[in-house]
Amino acid sequence: MYHAIVFLPLVGALLAGLFGRQLGPKLSEGITTGLLAFSALLSWGAFLEVPGTEHATRVQVATWFTAGDLVVDWAFRIDTLTVIMLVVVTSVSTLVHLYSIGYMEEDPHRPRFFAYLSLFTFAMLMLVTADNLVQMFFGWEGVGLASYLLIGFWYEKPSANAAAMKAFIVNRVGDFGFSLGIFLVFVLTGSIAFDGIFSRAPEIKDATFHFLGYDWSALTLACLLLFMGAMGKSAQFLLHTWLPDAMEGPTPVSALIHAATMVTAGVFMVARLSPLFELAPNALIVVTVIGGITAFFAATIGLVQNDIKRVIAYSTCSQLGYMFVALGVGAYSAAVFHLFTHAFFKALLFLGAGSVIHAMHHEQDMRNMGNLRRYIPFTSAMMTIGTLALIGFPFTAGYYSKDAIIEAAYASTRPGHTLAFICTVVAALMTSFYSWRLFFMTFEGPARWAGHGGAHHDDHHAVAHAGSSAQADGAPGHHEGVAHDDKGHDVEPASHSAIEHHDHAHTPHESPLVMTIPLGLLAFGALFAGLIFKNRFIGEGMDGFWGHALGHGPDNHIMHDIHSVPALVSYAPFIMMLIGFVLAYWMYIRRPELPGQLAAQQPSLYRFLLNKWYFDELYDRIFVRPAKDFGKFLWKEADGRVIDGMGPDGIATRVLDVTRGVVRFQTGYVYHYAFVMLVGVAALLSWYMLTGLPKVAH
Amino acid sequence: MFGLGILSGLLIVPLCGAAFILTLGEESEASKRNARWAALATTLATFLLSLVAWGRYDATTASFQLVESHAWLSETTRFKLGVDGFSMPLILLTTFLMPFCIGASWLSVDKRVKEYYVAFLVLETTMIGVFQALDLVLFYLFFEAGLIPMFLIIGIWGGKRRIYASFKFFLYTLLGSVLMLLAIMAMYWHAGTTDIPTLLHTRFPVEMQTWLWLAFFASFAVKMPMWPVHTWLPDAHVEAPTAGSVILAGILLKMGGYGFIRISLPMFPDASHSFAPMVFALSVIAIIFTSLIALMQTDIKKLIAYSSVAHMGFVTLGLFTLNEQGIQGALFLMISHGIVSGALFLCVGVVYDRMHTREIAAYGGLVKRMPLYAAAMMVFTMANVGLPGTSGFVGEFLAMMGAFRANPTVAFFSVFGIILSAGYALWLYARVIYGKLEKPSLQGILDLDLREKIIIAPLVALTIYYGVHPAPVLDTFAPSTEALMQSMRTALSNTQTAAATLPPVSR
Repeated sequence: MYHAIVFLPLVGALLAGLFGRQLGPKLSEGITTGLLAFSALLSWGAFLEVPGTEHATRVQVATWFTAGDLVVDWAFRIDTLTVIMLVVVTSVSTLVHLYSIGYMEEDPHRPRFFAYLSLFTFAMLMLVTADNLVQMFFGWEGVGLASYLLIGFWYEKPSANAAAMKAFIVNRVGDFGFSLGIFLVFVLTGSIAFDGIFSRAPEIKDATFHFLGYDWSALTLACLLLFMGAMGKSAQFLLHTWLPDAMEGPTPVSALIHAATMVTAGVFMVARLSPLFELAPNALIVVTVIGGITAFFAATIGLVQNDIKRVIAYSTCSQLGYMFVALGVGAYSAAVFHLFTHAFFKALLFLGAGSVIHAMHHEQDMRNMGNLRRYIPFTSAMMTIGTLALIGFPFTAGYYSKDAIIEAAYASTRPGHTLAFICTVVAALMTSFYSWRLFFMTFEGPARWAGHGGAHHDDHHAVAHAGSSAQADGAPGHHEGVAHDDKGHDVEPASHSAIEHHDHAHTPHESPLVMTIPLGLLAFGALFAGLIFKNRFIGEGMDGFWGHALGHGPDNHIMHDIHSVPALVSYAPFIMMLIGFVLAYWMYIRRPELPGQLAAQQPSLYRFLLNKWYFDELYDRIFVRPAKDFGKFLWKEADGRVIDGMGPDGIATRVLDVTRGVVRFQTGYVYHYAFVMLVGVAALLSWYMLTGLPKVAH
Repeated sequence: MFGLGILSGLLIVPLCGAAFILTLGEESEASKRNARWAALATTLATFLLSLVAWGRYDATTASFQLVESHAWLSETTRFKLGVDGFSMPLILLTTFLMPFCIGASWLSVDKRVKEYYVAFLVLETTMIGVFQALDLVLFYLFFEAGLIPMFLIIGIWGGKRRIYASFKFFLYTLLGSVLMLLAIMAMYWHAGTTDIPTLLHTRFPVEMQTWLWLAFFASFAVKMPMWPVHTWLPDAHVEAPTAGSVILAGILLKMGGYGFIRISLPMFPDASHSFAPMVFALSVIAIIFTSLIALMQTDIKKLIAYSSVAHMGFVTLGLFTLNEQGIQGALFLMISHGIVSGALFLCVGVVYDRMHTREIAAYGGLVKRMPLYAAAMMVFTMANVGLPGTSGFVGEFLAMMGAFRANPTVAFFSVFGIILSAGYALWLYARVIYGKLEKPSLQGILDLDLREKIIIAPLVALTIYYGVHPAPVLDTFAPSTEALMQSMRTALSNTQTAAATLPPVSR
């Protein structure tokens, strides 16, 4: 059964990828979506069956490679954590496949698109079912490849290409750590399979390892290196820069890869390795702190972005920070629970945003939206649900998982928890604010899109926030916001190049059924996933539910302690949510001129946020450009002038001068032959010398 | 057959083909066609013969097999051939790649066609000879003789600066080989034989090992090529015709690595051990520096050439880790790189045949008109950056893991290679394949034709197959690696008990 779950998407990818042209788009879509739906069905079957079993089941598929005492298998590890991920991945992927049938309707390359989607799903499934670190790395890089292909799907857009490359390369920086982590784990435990690692880990708890001139606690170092991989994949602070740019890809891709599944791989990894991390408390402090900073930092940027997808992207980044906070304080089940609920509501938000973009004919700038609730009521209702779940409105999915994380951050006694608690609480306020800001700018207020009421696209600076100073809120976004900030609303798919969306006089239209059904299903999840599964994931039923899938040290009572936090802490997220809502309502509905004034009052802060804390510029300055300059230097100076100049060129010039002088009057390739003869002579000489040698020797 | 074994057959068949082509008539269309088909038939026959040899080969033992020994220069210097786990896969790689080279030259080589194919077939014999030779003199002969046809191929059928490139190639490699010759003579002096199996069990004095090791190193390092004696390679690649580049990257570069594993490591274990840090340093420099250089290239072939140098850095790194993972990884990487870089050069050849330029800036947006080509190129690009699931991953991963066991700091620096390789390879892909198809010259460009599909498809398949199931190759290396490790451990521990001043054996 697990073979089918994992390999059916691969079959779909191969069929659509290799025979897409013969099958045609309709059949390609049908095959990939159908196979994935079947895989999802089987996953739910597994989900009903597996939790409650004490130990993980191992399904051997084949041997990958062996070298010395290193044995790497293709194998599945089936436990509660695996089946949760199976359900998340296959369900969201199926819905995204379905949705894409509508969303990509006008694209000429649909078979390729669906092949990539299914390929991604296969890689992701290999990642979550991995029985060892190397297979996990296979899935890890495989999803990276699929993400690269899908971000760059509209290959004619330079910004999409740049974003695709950036995503891959920044992830490689993370993989730098991941690889070293795998090596270290192997050196320490003699195994790369999880069973082997976990059984050996307690014995080497106090071992030290000498690395880069410093004696590290071996397990801490291993966990930190592995966590570097997680930071890359899950776009955590310092390695987050690729995620917002990844929004260049088609919106269904953003929903599947850059919200619900791939970016949570880092969270999954730490959860999977929790028995290891649990033995390395210092590494967990780093996880907590990075998670807290990310939750806060991404939320601040989300406050001022104008591209609808980028707001949600930063929100994703921020929510992933929450999950890492939970992991860091040892509340692994809360982290996975948030991963689970987040997949539903964030995919819903992205697909909803996609529906908006679809309705607006590939407009992504929220300053050109407004009042859409009247035109696309269903989408607007679904987005409302997504927003409520994201901000943690009581009894929605996000309410249970997010509050548990904030409480865990408070209840923890590990260093760094206070910072994480403050960050997550403040971020909760900002989450509420930017979510409602998005909602109000898109669905409420006056309509600001072209063709509506004579308001032309070019005037939108003035129209945006009615009367706000264009210089403050509009202009920087356009002219100073980093170059790619605004490319989002160029022309989304290649096929749409014919449609001059700036001039169209269409009224926004509701999306077709094939797109709204996935929205409805995800909305159901966003509303009820928390209510239904709370007890099993983080409630009384959790011990039986999880089995031994997550590692908890004997001193780890965090899931118990969160029930005894002060009432104020329990209410904090709710209060923050209310404040955020009121602020957003005040600023974007009641006093729409306020945001512009605020931005004008604090221009440097505004630009700092709008330009994403200038990370792109910083990295370009300290990494990209020096690398290029140094490469050029090595090429021209070291290779060209020093090595060649002193070595071969010097000699060759002399030789060439001589030969030219001698054979100037001759034609053809004289000096080639001359050299061949020289070699012949050398060869002959060596023969004679060697055949003559025995006499000397004896 | 005539008292000759199958290994002699592998040497003779290409020569027979070459002789046959020489008998063909004047430069007419018919004789050109005949020469092409004869060359293709010869290389295919050689490949089939090597498969027969593979069938008879027992991959579970480390000993030399299919051994032939014929009287030659003297009683102690015989014409001795044999294969083991190190050489068998390389022979198969050679015979496998040759038909692709012939196929790739089918239309692009149109002058001196006869001589071209003769040169290639002679080259094939010498390359197979290097991997089969069980006598040092024979090894040396094949090792050096291979220079001549390669020199001719670059110098006659190459690009604009072919003369410069061929001289550079020649000067570098000749320099190394002179020292190797001296070393061989010294070894003969000491051991009284040039028989490789005997020499493998000869213990050279530690002092002597150092000099011998350095002399061989000069030759192998140039062939590899290692930094800083690598600058001949980019020029040679750029000027060589497509098939020449394929052979250069696919096989000739592997001779250096093969030399290390056949001669330097087993015969001079103490020297290898003490020189390992130097090799590590040079390898890491090669990986980082040449990757950075590759990043800045404007010529597609030069970029791939520099990336080859970086990958060879992983090979030398792995070989001198002196542990199973490192050595097997390095050997696997040699095979994988032979397939992948060969395929990349073939891919460059495809567009070069159409546009007659290798400038990256002259391309852009090819995927629009060449989707199949773009897909194949994607597979090879990913293999080049070492994506798991392609053959490129297994070798690099094992080599780095071996390095980590031997020296974590070295591994730390070498892992930068995986970031940088992603940088230059994807940037190349983005500039050539992606983007808008705007250049007028590219508007009419055609996708792969049948001949090109036949050439590229098997390489795509093999790249992925060995990525998912590398066992056939990896397990062939295993017994020989095991035996090598065993003998080196004994040798090193003997030396240690003799002179307890040496640092402990790294495990």
